[in-house]
Amino acid sequence: MRIEQKHLRRNFLYANKAPMNMLTVDQTTDESRFFSFPGARAPDRQRRVDSSGVSLAVYEWGNLDAPPVLLVHGALDFARTFDVFAPLLADSGYRVVCYDHRGHGDSDPAALYSWVTDERDLLAVADSITMQPMPAIGHSKGGALLIHAIQALPHRFTRFACIDGMPFRSPHPDSAMHERKYMTPEIIDAWLQQRHTAAVAERKPGSLQELAHRRARMNPRHSMEWLCYLVTQGARQASDGWRWKLDPAIRPGGFGPFRSRWMTDRLPGFPVPLLAIFGTEEEPMGWDITIEQIAPFMPQSGRLVVVQGTGHFIHIERPQETAALIIDFLQS
Amino acid sequence: MIDYLQHHRIQLALHTLKEGRGLALLLLHGLGERSPSILPAEYTSWPGPVYALDFTGHGYSTIPVGGGYSCETLMADVDVALTRIGPSTVVGRGIGAYVALLIAGARPQRVRGTILLDGPGLAGGGSTSNPYIPVVDTAQLAPPDPFAIAELATDGRPPTYATYFAMLAEKRSDLACPLSVCTFEIPDWLSAVMDATSANKTTLEHALKKYASQSPA
Repeated sequence: MRIEQKHLRRNFLYANKAPMNMLTVDQTTDESRFFSFPGARAPDRQRRVDSSGVSLAVYEWGNLDAPPVLLVHGALDFARTFDVFAPLLADSGYRVVCYDHRGHGDSDPAALYSWVTDERDLLAVADSITMQPMPAIGHSKGGALLIHAIQALPHRFTRFACIDGMPFRSPHPDSAMHERKYMTPEIIDAWLQQRHTAAVAERKPGSLQELAHRRARMNPRHSMEWLCYLVTQGARQASDGWRWKLDPAIRPGGFGPFRSRWMTDRLPGFPVPLLAIFGTEEEPMGWDITIEQIAPFMPQSGRLVVVQGTGHFIHIERPQETAALIIDFLQS
Repeated sequence: MIDYLQHHRIQLALHTLKEGRGLALLLLHGLGERSPSILPAEYTSWPGPVYALDFTGHGYSTIPVGGGYSCETLMADVDVALTRIGPSTVVGRGIGAYVALLIAGARPQRVRGTILLDGPGLAGGGSTSNPYIPVVDTAQLAPPDPFAIAELATDGRPPTYATYFAMLAEKRSDLACPLSVCTFEIPDWLSAVMDATSANKTTLEHALKKYASQSPA
């Protein structure tokens, strides 16, 4: 197993919190300026895939006859957050296929959400690309979904690159301590209460900039220009303002008995070459995992890369460098 | 009589099997089953009203598109029913027994005694989760929803997780013995619950009498 430390230069996507810049973004009434972003490119193709009756929005960059690679986004995100990163892979000779998870982006909302249905959706998209094994890239929850899917169906995948999505939430062994920390009576009560009101819940409307500011609470390292661009792709505009497309029934975080260590304990036998990329800076959506924690579980053929000075969204903060790392991995 | 209750995008069928006043009895069916249409003989002596709930994807409740079942979602089904009918003694068969345990820990003030019975889906997928993605036979007639059968027969039920909910029930309920086990099948999760709490094996008849006698005035 290799552990590498990368000291890469900052690029244009790294958070720019200069007050003057914020002021400029907030003061403008011309929303059209946010419909584009330097380096962002709309998908070359869009289509729908039916997954057990749930219609999923699928996006592709690159030539249709190029080698495919499946790209899976994280929790509360959507495929178009890859608008800068995915074209870089496509321009290196790949057919990059991404999709919105159910209830996210332009995919259908559902009555029920679960880890298994997310995996079934992932496989429905994979089936729509090829029945041959192919490489996959996942960010955050998208990485964890792929780890589980690859452990379940190793014959469908050739290589896996994981961008801050290695599962290692709790250092506790399989004991009631896990529940005392993550399933307190208050958390259970809040989850049940939300089930009562989810049917009529709506996303709060606001101006484009207001939505960008709300997202900044979870993505504090992103620039306001980038967050405003995300609003144009991940929100809908109505007469009373913009609303995020994300199904309001979807809550952040997991609920239930699922233990990430079920996957971690199986990592030493991971069936395909694995590249795990980590940042170094803590932020709200981060997975609270260090290479020291995960290293003992990595397979011998695994490769750990730490990109110094980045947070959870390494591919957004350093798209060119992250793409270069992954392309090198895919071609090695 | 059937009332339909809203749980997110699901309409849940709540059957009134016996009308009355006082502490209610709520029956939860097993995996793939549906609520009885008439009051089963073993519950005729219950002094209060008796209800039965069709879980999501079962009986007369909505069959959702595309699966996504979990026992926690079924627990929320029961929470919606308890909000309508008030404090109740909950009797669960099979998976209904496991769900009854969860809601007993989650809502100790609403659940006035929990009775666990044998039935389909009691064990679930075992103590841990296999890296397995169930293939669903969608050609089967529904209800029950084939996604429910596939997903709820394979879900992981860690003994420590079940024990935690049992301990929540025991710690937060004002009943001396809020859990009564009437099963012959003792899966790992239930064995752990019985080791860690006062939940003891008893008969359905005895458990019903005990909780009926502890009904608040």
